[in-house]
Order: sequence, then structure tokens, then C-alpha cells
Amino acid sequence: MAVSSSHNLTRRGLLALGAGAGSALLLSACGGGGGPAGPAGPSKAASAAPTTYTGPKVDLAFWNGFTGGDGPFMKKLVERFNGEHPNIKVTMNVYQWADYYAKVPAAVTAGQGPDVGIMHVDSVPTNAARQVIVPLDDLAASLSLTESDFSPPVWKAGVYRNARYAIPLDVHPLGMFYNKAVVAEAGLDPDKPPRTGADYLAALEELKKAGIQGHWATPFPFTGTFQFGSLLHQFGGTLFSADAATATFAQEPGVKALSWLVDLITKGYSPKNVGQDADLIALKNGKAAYNWNGIWTINTLNEAEGLEWGVAPLPVIGDQPAAWAGSHQFVVFKQRARDDDKLAAAKVFINWISQHSIEWAKGGQVPARKTIREGAEFKALEHQSVIGSQIDHLYFLPPVPGIPDASAQIDTAVNQAILLKKEPAAALGEAAAKADKILEQNRKKYGA
Amino acid sequence: MVDLRARSAAVVSVAPRPVRRRGRFTPLFFLAPYLVLFCLFVVVPAIFGGWISLHEWDYLLPGKPFTGLDNYLALFDPDSRVSGDFWTSMKATGIFTVASVPPLVILPLGVALLLNRRFRGRTFFRAVFFMPFVLGVAVISVMWRILLDPNIGFVNHLLGANIPWTTDLPWAWISLVGITVWWTLGFNAVIYLAGLQDIPAELYDAAGVDGANRWQRFVHVTLPGLRPVALFVTTTTILASANMFGQSFLITKGAPGVETRTTIMYIAQEGLRDYRMGSAAAMSYVLTLVLVAVSVINFRLFRSRS
Repeated sequence: MAVSSSHNLTRRGLLALGAGAGSALLLSACGGGGGPAGPAGPSKAASAAPTTYTGPKVDLAFWNGFTGGDGPFMKKLVERFNGEHPNIKVTMNVYQWADYYAKVPAAVTAGQGPDVGIMHVDSVPTNAARQVIVPLDDLAASLSLTESDFSPPVWKAGVYRNARYAIPLDVHPLGMFYNKAVVAEAGLDPDKPPRTGADYLAALEELKKAGIQGHWATPFPFTGTFQFGSLLHQFGGTLFSADAATATFAQEPGVKALSWLVDLITKGYSPKNVGQDADLIALKNGKAAYNWNGIWTINTLNEAEGLEWGVAPLPVIGDQPAAWAGSHQFVVFKQRARDDDKLAAAKVFINWISQHSIEWAKGGQVPARKTIREGAEFKALEHQSVIGSQIDHLYFLPPVPGIPDASAQIDTAVNQAILLKKEPAAALGEAAAKADKILEQNRKKYGA
Repeated sequence: MVDLRARSAAVVSVAPRPVRRRGRFTPLFFLAPYLVLFCLFVVVPAIFGGWISLHEWDYLLPGKPFTGLDNYLALFDPDSRVSGDFWTSMKATGIFTVASVPPLVILPLGVALLLNRRFRGRTFFRAVFFMPFVLGVAVISVMWRILLDPNIGFVNHLLGANIPWTTDLPWAWISLVGITVWWTLGFNAVIYLAGLQDIPAELYDAAGVDGANRWQRFVHVTLPGLRPVALFVTTTTILASANMFGQSFLITKGAPGVETRTTIMYIAQEGLRDYRMGSAAAMSYVLTLVLVAVSVINFRLFRSRS
């Protein structure tokens, strides 16, 4: 008996410890090291010629999260670059974005970080504040890149505390995808997609008469939150105050925007309880007519055989055009020891890819670089150029560290309202109150 | 126990000292590899996690201010940023655990009893019940999310209904529990099966001689014989259910609102997405204390029956 009881005791202790330690381990696995300290960032390398590299042979590690249809396009570009630059060898590693954002800071801390990478514009300030990436002002200067080479909001979004940390590669806005056969079935002209709120609601009414729920309102971040943000900006609002001091998404434009989406359900233009991705699948299956989705949807729809589809800018439901967009941006990671050759080579690489981003656009993107966006070759890309025409009406989150934590609260409000669990104003109000607390804590945390 | 000591004392007096000395460290040598790993990956991180929980901790920021018990107090302050979300997530974990543990303890026992009988195709059925368990959480979650889609899912198509399996309550819990039972039932069944095969056949024979019927044999032979196994199954199932993360993360994304966001899912967001590792570590410790309490009660219950 004594033997068996002490055995039990050990096992119980083990189980209890194991339960706690499991979670503690999860957290501390990323611990260790305080991050390489001290100032960093290329400064001498700026003197090197920006477009050629003549130093000794260098290897560049290039990490990104292009796991989808975009991956092969980037891989091809990298291979071409390597072919044309015998003394630079770029090796590309691809991770799931979520893993990537967890892995890269840990790798940089351990001194094993890659040289060059891609980050979404929303993540740039957080990573700049956490000293994962280095300022690129001199890179921009030596390549003579300025705001006028891109579009102002895209270019400005890469600046944190008066220093530039990112060079835009692309923008990926929301567009209105539509199923031409379904639209025609309801007696609408498939070559004249609705442009205004009144047109849009009229089209949805026609579709409803034909027994089709035209616009499936999704309660999930992809792309329910993006649709909400687009509408909010169309109604003249902003998600946050310009300095990101407070959340402004619960003000009147936000309530109007979310109510408009909820009304799609109450008016019978959308089913209730739309599941994740169900809105896009419904478009492909001919159950829905319209789907406001990201430009990457071009690839998905191209793969659907026999589907006749088109894409248009988002209709102007509010007072002005506006659309959500993300942006992939080049960043350079902090290293334990500075290597000017690598920095010079990285500069050549970023510049070269940026100049050849028309190939990247073919993978379903809008190039950030103006000369390419306005070139004949991009205009020839039918779908991309239609979505790209919204370039002057895109919105981005204010560039402060930790802003994704605060904007995640919007996801909850959109979810609650579209699932008819809470009134739009109440859901947004609660989310904004919580976002304000997060913003306040972030100011303390990041010392703003 | 007295017997044992007396006997070992007798052994000492007979055996030559050098042999005994050499033997004394043998168990330690066998334990050492595990002990090293246990300390390195369990004890040290657990203590380090406790230390982190007393700070505002982001491993990449130079300043990690010591905040004492603030991270813990915030969990109990209704006006704080975290307390509402944390207790909602604890409630979600509680609902899931309470709903999933009984079927995961009882159903596999039934399956194991059936699979323990002799019939044609027994090995095949054993494989069938175990098979879902070898699939990853991502595979089963994405598959069921598509099957259970409220509007375009196959399940609703079969039922001719519009049940919001993944977006409304209580349906989301029914889905999450049902999927988890289907997924992990085979594992518990295999443990029970091993336990059943360990019960000596003589006991059944003896019970038969005493005139026990099938039900009496089950209650008086099978169940007592399975007690250690049942304790193991219950404890590991409670802990596994309390640590549920992947299914909610992939199937419901916490919807509606944050109602199905479990504690582990919230801790992961707090610590790994928002880089508030001090606060996340404090939450982990509160969850741990609750689980320790539940485990203690569980052990007491099983022991008091003996």
C-alpha cells in the first residue's frame, strides 16, 4: 500500500507539474537573450553603388511567407536574379506567415536571422520597435526612392519614429469579384458591375427576386473585417485617430458601415451564419453573385474551371471611394555583426526585385512602384489593373507598434454583429473601449 | 510495509557491503536521462515562467519592468483589459471539459468491451476506431469545418437543415465536443483494451462459479480491475480537454464573438501574438492551479472507492 501510494503521489505531482510547465514552456521557449543591443543599420554601405555589387561573393538568406500561389512567382524571380548576379546567391525560405512572425524575432535574437525578408505593413512598426529590423533610410536615399515613386499612403506606412524601415513591394487591395453567369441569370448586365450604393442594392434586389442571395456577409476577419473597414472609410471615418491615441471605429461612420453589412442579412441578401471561406465558395458554386475579397482571389478563381467571373473596384456605398489593402514590404534584419557586403548586396536585391515587380504582379498583386503600375505591361493584366485602379483610395493602419493587437478587437465586434449576437453600435463600443486600453498599454510598453 | 523493512534489514545483514553500495546508485543512473530532460524542459521553464509572470515581459524589448503580482491582480480586476476575456475563456474551457470528459471516459470503455470480444474482423475494427487519432488536428478540423458549414456543408445538406454548427451556441460546442470525441476516442479505447486484457481470466471463472451473471461480472470484476486504468484515462482526458486549442482555433475561430475561445487559445494570443508574455504566464499559472485542484479531487475520488 505504501509503495503504491507514493507511486501515485509522484505521478500526481508529475501530471500537475506537466500541466503547468507545458504552458510555461510554450512561453519561455521564445525567451532567452535580450535581443542584440546597440544601434545598427547600414550607413557606410550607402556609399556603394545601389544597383550593382562588385564585392566578394555573398549569400543572402531571404525569408517570407509566400506559401500560396504567389510562392512560385517569387521563386522564379529569385532564380532569375541569381542567374544575373554571379556574386550574389539568394536562398529563399518560405514559412506560414503566422510561424514566420513568431520565428523571425527568435532567429534574430539567436543571431541566426535571415538577411532580407518580407513583412506586412501592419507588422513593420512592431518589429521596428522590437529591434528585429533595421532602418533603411540610406538605402532609400541611395536608390533615390521617394514618395512619388510609390503612392503616399503605402510609402508612409513604412515609417516608424521618423525612420524608414521598409520598402514597399506591392499592395493587395480588396476588389469586388462577381460571378458573371449568376448576375446574368438575374437579368443584370455582367459587363456593367454596380458602382454606387444604390446600384448595388438594386442589383441585390434583382438577385433576390431570382432566388439568389447576392452578397454573403461573412463574420470572419477574412474578409468581413476588411469589408467593414472599407465601408467605414467610405462613410468618412477612420479606424483609429491619426496618432493612434484612441480607437475611432465605433463612431458614426463605423456604426453605419457595420449596420449596412448586417442589413444585408436582415434584407435577405445574405444568409445568416456564413462560415469561414463559405462566401467565396458560394461565389464559385454560383450561390452568391458578389464577393468582396483580396486580390489574391484572382489565382483561386483562375483555377476554377468553367467559371465566368469578373472583378471591379468596390462600389461606393458611402460618400467616397475607399478600400482595404495590405502591403508586402521588404525589410532587412538586424545581425549580431554588421556585414557591409551583405548590406550592399541586399540593396541590389531589393532594388532589382522592385524593378521587376511586374512579374510579381502576374501572381496576383498590384506593384507598389508607380512606374511599373502605370506601365503598359501592368495595364495589360486585366484583373490586377482593375483592382489597382483603387490605389489612391486605400487605407492602412497608423504605423504604431502593437496596432494589430488593438485592431484585432474589431474582428470580435464584426463577428458579434454579423452573427446577430449584438447590435452594431454596442459591439463596436465594447471593442473600442477595449482597444483604447490596449493602445494605452502599448504606449507604455513601447514608450511612445 | 513493516514486513518489507524487516526483510530488507535481513538482506542487509546477509549481503556483503560493497555489492549493496554499488547497487545504490543504479536506479539513479536509470533515472538520470529522464531527470535531466525533466529539469531542463519542465522544472526550469516552470520556474522561469513564474519569474516572467511577475514582469511586463517582452523578450525583445530592453525594458522588462518588474510588476510584482500586477499580472495576477489584473485577472481579478473586472475593469482591467484582460479579466473579462480571460474568464470568458476559462468558462469556454470549463464548458468544453465538462461536456467532453464524460463521453471520452465512458464511450471508449464500451468500445473496448466490444473490441475485447472474439469475432471476425476484430483487428479491422480496432484499427477503424483508432484511425482518426493518427490524423493531425489541422486535418480533422479543416475537414469538419467544411462538412459542418452552416450554409454549404454536407452535414446540413444531408439533414435538409440550416443548423449553425460552427457559428452559434450551443451548436458550436456540440460540434467541438463531437469532433473531439470522434477524434480521440480510439486512444482511450486502446488503453482500456490493454487494461481489460490485464484482468486475470480466473477472476471471471471464479465469479461464474459463484453464480454471477454477466452484469454482475462487469460490476464486480471488470470495473474494479480497471480502476487504475480508468484513473489514468480520466486524468489525462481532463488535462487534454482543458488544453484544447486547435479545434477552436480552426473550426470556430472562437465564434460567436469570443464564446468558444479557450484559455490556451487566449494565452497563445496574449503571449505569442501580442507579445505580453508576463500576462500570459500569469494566466498559465492560474489555469495550472485550477487543473492541479481538479486533479487532486479526481485522485481523491478514485481512491476513496478502494
